[in-house]
Amino acid sequence: METEPAGARSLRVRRLLARPELAAALGAAVLWIFFTIQAGEPFLSRAGTAAYLNAAAPLGILAVAVSLLMIGGEFDLSVGSIIGASGMSIMLLTGHFDWPLWPALAATFALCLSIGYLNGIIVVRTGLPSFIVTLGMLFTVRGLTIAISRGLTGRTQLGGLDGSAGYEAAGFLFASSPLQPFRVSVIWWIGLTAVATWVLNRTRYGNWIFGAGGQPETARNLGVPVDRVKISLFMTTAAAACLVGIIQAVQFNGADTLRGTLQEFWAITAVVIGGTLLRGGYGSAVGAALGALIFGLVRQGIVMIGVNADWFQVALGSLLIAAVLFNNQVRRLVEQRR
Amino acid sequence: MTRRPTALILLLALAACGSPGERGRDGERGENVGATDRGDAIARAETPRIVLVTHGQSADPFWSVVATGARDAGTELGLRVEYQAPGTFNMVEMSQLIEAVAASRPEGLAISIPDGDALAPSIRAAAAAGIPILSINSGARVFRDLGLRAHVGQPERDAGFAAGRRMAEVGVTRALCVNHEVGNIALDSRCAGLEDGLREAGGSMLVLAVDLADPEDAQQRIRGALARDPGIDGLLTLGPAGAVPALSAVAVMRTSGGLDTTLELATFDLSLPVLEAIREGEMSFAIDQQPYLQGYLAVVLLHKAIQIGAFPDGVIRTGPAFVTGDNAAEVIRLVGQGVR
Repeated sequence: METEPAGARSLRVRRLLARPELAAALGAAVLWIFFTIQAGEPFLSRAGTAAYLNAAAPLGILAVAVSLLMIGGEFDLSVGSIIGASGMSIMLLTGHFDWPLWPALAATFALCLSIGYLNGIIVVRTGLPSFIVTLGMLFTVRGLTIAISRGLTGRTQLGGLDGSAGYEAAGFLFASSPLQPFRVSVIWWIGLTAVATWVLNRTRYGNWIFGAGGQPETARNLGVPVDRVKISLFMTTAAAACLVGIIQAVQFNGADTLRGTLQEFWAITAVVIGGTLLRGGYGSAVGAALGALIFGLVRQGIVMIGVNADWFQVALGSLLIAAVLFNNQVRRLVEQRR
Repeated sequence: MTRRPTALILLLALAACGSPGERGRDGERGENVGATDRGDAIARAETPRIVLVTHGQSADPFWSVVATGARDAGTELGLRVEYQAPGTFNMVEMSQLIEAVAASRPEGLAISIPDGDALAPSIRAAAAAGIPILSINSGARVFRDLGLRAHVGQPERDAGFAAGRRMAEVGVTRALCVNHEVGNIALDSRCAGLEDGLREAGGSMLVLAVDLADPEDAQQRIRGALARDPGIDGLLTLGPAGAVPALSAVAVMRTSGGLDTTLELATFDLSLPVLEAIREGEMSFAIDQQPYLQGYLAVVLLHKAIQIGAFPDGVIRTGPAFVTGDNAAEVIRLVGQGVR
C-alpha cells in the first residue's frame, strides 16, 4: 500500500488535473484565503459567510443550468431578461389583475418555459447561431417587459407582493432563511448543482448532452435526439432564470423591469471559470457552481475589505481570463503526457 | 515550468483586487492623527469606520458630490469613510452590498432607501447587529418604519411647495410640472407640493408625463403642452435631465414666435447646463438639495453617535436651497471643485 506504483500515481494526478473544475476550485480556495487574511474574523463569521453565499446563490442557480446548455453546445443570452420578465409577470398578475400568488407563479413559469421553447425551436429549425437568436430574445423580452409594465401601470417598479394571497407559503419556499442568516436560495443552488451533476454523469440524457455538444453528427447517427435535447436545455435555462426571478420577487417583495440586467454575462463567466468549453461537449455543473461562488466571494469580499465596489468588475474580468488561461495550460499539459 | 506564467497571471488577478485593499487610496480614508507610530494595524483598529451605501452610481455627478462631502467630513474628523453603490440601479445588488458591509462591522452606516420594501430585511438585519444607521437622500417616508431614528435629506413635498411659492412670487399663475417618472412617489410629491404652493396664491398646476429615454419626444411633448394651454406661465422640471429638453423646447418656440407670454422655468437639482441657463437668465431658479451636506452631515452625525451616543431624531433637512441669477456664477465655480 505504501509503495504505490509510480504509473498509478501519475494517472491519478493526471485525472485530477483533467477535471474541468480544477481552476475554479483552486481559485475559490485562494480567494477565500486572501479575504480571510485581509478581512479577518468578520469575513469568517456567519454573517460574512452568508453575505457571499447569499450573493452567489441566484447566479449559481442560473449558471448550473447555463453550464448544461453550454456543454450541449449552445448559448443563452436571454436569461437576464427572463429574470426581469418573470418578476414583473408575477407583480402584474397579482397586483394589476388581482390573481392569488400561486396561479400567478404557475402562469409565470409557463411563460418562461415557452420563451425557452421558442429559443430552442428557432435555433434548431433555422440553424442560426444561438448567440444571435438569444441576443435577439434578450432585447425582445426586456423591451416587452418594460413596454407592458409601463402600458398597464405607468411604472417600471412594482412592490407590495406581501399583500397577495398565498404569500406566506411562497415566502417559505423561495425567500425564507431556515438557517439564519443563510437564505433558502443557497439550498436551491446546492440542490440544483447536485441534480445537474447526477443528470450529466449518471443518466442517458446526460450522455446525450455531451454528445449533442461535442459531436452532434455522430450523436445523431447513434440515434440521439439532438434537437429535442437542445430545446429541452433552452427550457432548462429559462426555467432557472424564472426561479431566480421568482425568488427575487418574493424576497424583495416586488420587481423591477431592469432586474437581471447583465446576469447572462455573469452566468457565462461563472460557467467558463468553472471549466466548461465554449465549443461545447466538455464541462461540469460543479465547476459552474464554483464559478458562482467565486463571483460571490469577489463581489462581497471586496466590500468587506473596504474597497470600492467599482473594482469588482476589474477583479472578476481578470479572474475570468486567468482561469481560462490556466485551464488551457493544464489541458495541454495533460494531453502532452498522454 | 509551464505553470509559472499561469501562476503569475493568477497573482496579477489577485493584485487587481488586492492592492486597493491596502486602504491607502487617496480619499478612501481619513487621516490618521497621531496613531502612526503604533503601527498601521492598531491605527486601523482604532479609527472608526463609517460606510455609505447608496443607490447612486459613483460616476453620477450628483452622487460624487455626496461622496465628497462624506470624505471631507472623514478627513476633518480623522475617520475612515467608504462609499459603496451598486453598478446599476438595482435593489438586489444594493441589499447584497448592505449585507456585506454589515458583516464587516463598520462603526456607522448611512444608507439611501429608494425602495423600502426591497431593502427592509437587510437594513433591519444590519440594525439588529447593533450598527448605528441613518438614511440619507431617499427614505424620508420609510425610515421610521424601518426602525431608524434620523434621515438626512430634502423632504420632497416641502421642496415642491417652496418652489410653488417662489413661482407665485414672480407672478406665475399656472405651472406645468414635467414629470419624467409618473408613479415614482418621490417625484409625484414634488408636483403635489408645487400645486399646494401655487394654490396658496390662487394659482394652479398640471402634470405632463415625459420619457427622458427619448429627449426629442420629451421636447415635442413640452412644446405641445405649452401650445395647447397658453395660460401656462411657469414650468418646473424634476431633474436636470428634464431641464435640457424644456429649455430647448422654449427656445424653439420663442424663435418661431409660438410663445408670446413670459414663461418662468425652474428645475430640481443642479447641472452645468442648468446653472449656465440660470446665469444667462433663461431659467429663474434651481432647487438645490445640497448633496454635499447629505454626505457630510451623515458622517458627522454618525461620528457623534459612535463617540458620545447622541443621535438626532427625525428629518435633518439639507434643502430646499435655491440657486438664482444672484449666485449662479459662484455655484458654477464650486461645481468645478466637486462640492456643489
